[in-house]
Amino acid sequence: MNDFAHLLDRLAYEPRRNAKLRLLQDYFTHAPDPERGYALAAMTGGLTFREAKPAMIRGLVEARVDPVLFGLSHNYVGDLAETTALIWPAPVPSDGEPVIGPGHNNPPPHVPTLAEVVETLGTVKKADLPARIAAWLDALDETGRWALLKLITGALRVGVSARLAKTAIGALGGHEADAVEEVWHGLEPPYATLFAWVEGRGERPTTLNPAPFRPPMLSHPIDEEGDFEKLDPAAFSGEWKWDGIRVQLVGGRDAAGEQVARIYSRTGEDISGAFPDLAEAITFSGAIDGELLILRERRVQSFNVLQQRLNRKAVTPKLLEEFPAHVRAYDLMQADGEDLRPLPFTERRARLEAFVAALDHARIDLSPLVPFATWADLAAARADPAAVGAGEDADAIEGVMLKARDSVYLPGRPKGPWWKWKREPFRVDTVMMYAQRGHGKRSSFYSDYTFGVWRAREDGTPELVPVGKAYHGFTDAELQKLDRYVRNNTTKRFGPVREVSYGLDHGLVLEIAFEGVQRSTRHKSGVAMRFPRVARIRWDKPAAEADRIDALETILARGEREIAPGETLTETHG
Amino acid sequence: MSFSASDLLTLTREGLYCPLGGFHVDPTWPVPRALITHGHADHARAGHGRVMATGETLRIMAVRYGADFCASRQEAPLGEAIRIGDVTVRFAPAGHVLGSAQIAIEAQGVRVVVSGDYKRADDPTCLPFEVVPCDVFITEATFGLPVFRMPDTRDEVQKLLDSVALFPERAHIVGAYALGKAQRVMALLREAGYDRPIYLHGAMEKLTELYKQEGIPLGETPKVVATERAKLHGAIVLCPPSSIQDVWSRKFPDPVTAFASGWMRVRARARQKGVELPLCISDHSDWPDLCRTILETGAGEVWVTHGQEDALVHWCGTKGIKAKPLHLLGYGDDGESEPVAPPEEAVA
Repeated sequence: MNDFAHLLDRLAYEPRRNAKLRLLQDYFTHAPDPERGYALAAMTGGLTFREAKPAMIRGLVEARVDPVLFGLSHNYVGDLAETTALIWPAPVPSDGEPVIGPGHNNPPPHVPTLAEVVETLGTVKKADLPARIAAWLDALDETGRWALLKLITGALRVGVSARLAKTAIGALGGHEADAVEEVWHGLEPPYATLFAWVEGRGERPTTLNPAPFRPPMLSHPIDEEGDFEKLDPAAFSGEWKWDGIRVQLVGGRDAAGEQVARIYSRTGEDISGAFPDLAEAITFSGAIDGELLILRERRVQSFNVLQQRLNRKAVTPKLLEEFPAHVRAYDLMQADGEDLRPLPFTERRARLEAFVAALDHARIDLSPLVPFATWADLAAARADPAAVGAGEDADAIEGVMLKARDSVYLPGRPKGPWWKWKREPFRVDTVMMYAQRGHGKRSSFYSDYTFGVWRAREDGTPELVPVGKAYHGFTDAELQKLDRYVRNNTTKRFGPVREVSYGLDHGLVLEIAFEGVQRSTRHKSGVAMRFPRVARIRWDKPAAEADRIDALETILARGEREIAPGETLTETHG
Repeated sequence: MSFSASDLLTLTREGLYCPLGGFHVDPTWPVPRALITHGHADHARAGHGRVMATGETLRIMAVRYGADFCASRQEAPLGEAIRIGDVTVRFAPAGHVLGSAQIAIEAQGVRVVVSGDYKRADDPTCLPFEVVPCDVFITEATFGLPVFRMPDTRDEVQKLLDSVALFPERAHIVGAYALGKAQRVMALLREAGYDRPIYLHGAMEKLTELYKQEGIPLGETPKVVATERAKLHGAIVLCPPSSIQDVWSRKFPDPVTAFASGWMRVRARARQKGVELPLCISDHSDWPDLCRTILETGAGEVWVTHGQEDALVHWCGTKGIKAKPLHLLGYGDDGESEPVAPPEEAVA
C-alpha cells in the first residue's frame, strides 16, 4: 500500500504527461502482482466496494485527537482525508510501552497491501469497517494514510486518466494503448493475464466480452492555408460533422446465447446505463461507430439540448420522453463476427448502408454523405449546410468531415486519412480581468485568462462581468507578452491568481472564439461558453469598445428555444 | 505587586522591549539598541544603533547589509552572562540556522526566554537547541498545528535523489531560503553521498561562501552561469523560493520544480506554488517539538508569537500552563520574507 501511495503522491503533483507515464511505468515494472493490478483498477475506476463515509472518518479521528485541535487543523488544511492522514497519532499499546522497543519481541504493525485493502472492503461487515480502517491507519505512514482515505471515500483523483494508465501498461511490452483497449473489456482486476501478456509471459488475453469496446478512429483538423492544395478532392468522401457525442453501439451474444448490448463513449466508458432507450435498439450483432444525438420529430437538436440529457444521475421516464437519444451512424467496425476495419472506407460505407437499412430502427439512421466535386463546393456546404440537404438540422452540424475513400479503419488519430473542417466559430471581444499561472512548461507564466464583457448595473452604469476562461490560442511569443502585461498591470493577488487592471479607459481586449453558449449557475454572468480560446489579442482596441453581454444572450436565447420549444414557439415564429 | 515577566518585557511598535535593559529584541524598525536572535531578514534588520548577537549572526548581517549595517556591534558568546543595564542576558543555541540563539533575560529572580525561531531536529549546519529552564517561555508557532509533524529529512532528500535517478535528463530546481535552508539541503545531500556539484542561484552564493568559511563543508557549489543553464541535465540547482516560478528557472532542461520547506507538509500549499516535488524540510519546530520544548523549559507561562497561535495556546491550557498569544507585527509567519533574486538573475 505504501508504494502505491507514494506513486499517487508523485502523480498528484506532476503536471507533465510524459513524466506521469514514466512514474506509472516505473511502478508497474517494480510492484508485484496482484498489487499492481489493483492499483491499475483504482486508477481506471475498476474497483467497487462499500465506500467509507466522511462522518465515520471524523468519528475515528476525534476519538483520538483533541476535537478543538482537529477542528483548527481541518480549517487550515481544508481537506478531511489529508488532515486525518497528517494528524493521526502513532499507536500506543495498552501497557504504554512503545510498539517496537529494544529487547521487545513485539511484531511491527502489519502494513496492509492494496490487495488486502480492496479484498477486505469487498467482504467486510459494515459494523467491522471502522475498526479495520483504524488498524490500517495505525500501520501506514502519512502518505499511505492519505491514499487509503482517498481510496476508501471514493475521492481518488490523481490526474491520471484510464487512457494514460493503459498507455503505461501497453508500453511495458511495446504495445500501443489501443492494443490494451482491445482486450480491456474482457478483463477483471487484478488483471494477471494482462500483465503476463505485456511482459511476454503469457498469451494475449482473449476477450470473452461479446460486446467489446474498440478504440475509435479520429481525425486531424485541416489547415485551410496549406492542406487543401496537397489533397485531391476525388480521393475523399464528405460527411457532416454532427455536434453530439461520439459513441459506439456494440451488440453480441454471450455464451448462454443472451443478447448483450453496450454503448461506449469515445474513451471506452460504458454509458449504456444512461441511455436505456438507445440500448434497446441494439438487437444486432456488430459494432456501429456514430454520433449520439437528440432527435425530436426527426429533427436533430443542438448540443445545448443534448446537454440536458447528459450528466443526469437519474434516468427518468420524463427525461427519456423529452430527450430521446438517437445514433447517426458513421461507420461499421464489425458485423456478425466479421472485423470490417481492414476494408477501405467505400466498402465499409456500403456495408453500413445495407446494415442500417436491414436494421430498420427509428433510433438508428445513416449520417448522409455530402457530395462535392471541388474544394469550393465543400466550402459552400460547410458555410451553409441547410442549402445542401441538411435542412433544419443545420444548427446541429459543427462542420464537415473528409475521409479518404481508400482509408482502412485505424484506431487513434493517424495523420492523413481523415480530416475535420469545423464551421467558423462565434467571436466576441472581451476584456481580460484575471490571470492564473499555467502548469507544466507554462508554470512560470500567467497563461489562463478570465475575461469579461460589459453589462449595465441597476443604475445603468457599465460594469465588466466575467464570462469565461481561456488558456490557449496564442503563440509562445504572444504568451510572453501577455505574461509581461499581467505582471505589469496587477492590481490584486489571490494565491496563484492575479487581478489585472481593467475599466472603461484601460484594459486589454481579447477576441475570444467559441463554439456556443450555455446557461451557467457557476458564472456570475449566468452564461458559459463552449471551447473558448483566444483568437486575437487586440492590443489596439479600447476596453470600452469590447462587446456587451447581449452578444452572448442572443446566442443563448436561440439555444434555449430549442431546449423548451413549446414555451417560446410563438416568439420564434412570431 | 511583585516583579513579573511583564515588567521585564513589554510590547512596543518596534517589537519586544526590555525597559530595564533599554534594548529591543529582533525589532522590526531601527532602534538605538537591539539584541538579535538570528540572521533572517525579518528578525535582523539594518539601521540599528548598537547591535548584540552571536558572532555568526553579526557576520551574516554584514554579508547581507554591508559592513556598516549598524553603528556599533558586540558579539555575545554563547552561554556567557552579560549585564545590560539592570538585567542579565545570556545567549543559548536555538538550532534554527547558523548562529541562531535564544536570549534569556533575567532580573530580580524572574527569567524570560525569547526563543526566536528554533528547531529540535538534527541539522549539520548549526549547533543543536539547548533547553534553558525559565519562568516565561516565548515561543514561535510557525507550525503550531498538530498536522505539522515533520518527517525524517533523510527520506526527503532521498526523494530528491530518486527523482534525479528517474529523470536523469531533467534539471531539478530546488527552492530554498538563501540563509540556512539552502546550506542545510546541501549538507544533507552530502551526507546522503551525493558528490556531484550542487549549482547555486547567484542570490545564494555569498551566504554559502560564509557557511564554508565558518567551517561547514558543503563540497563543490558553483554558481549557475546564465548561458550554461540549458546544459545542466540532471543537475541539482538551488535557488530562492521566488525563483522557482520565474522565467530564470524555465531556461533549464525540462525542469522539475522542487521546494524544501515545512509548508510542503500541506498539499494545497505545494500546489499553489506549482511545486512538483515537495520536500518537507523545516527549520522550525514541528508540533510535537513545540509541545515537548514547552514542557522541558518548565515555564509556568508561555507567550506565543508568529504563526498558528490559537492551537498552541489551547494545548497549553489543557496542560495547565498559562498561555497567551503575543501579536508581534512584521515577522514573516510563513517564513517567506527572505530577499528575492538580484535583478540581473531574475530577468536573464
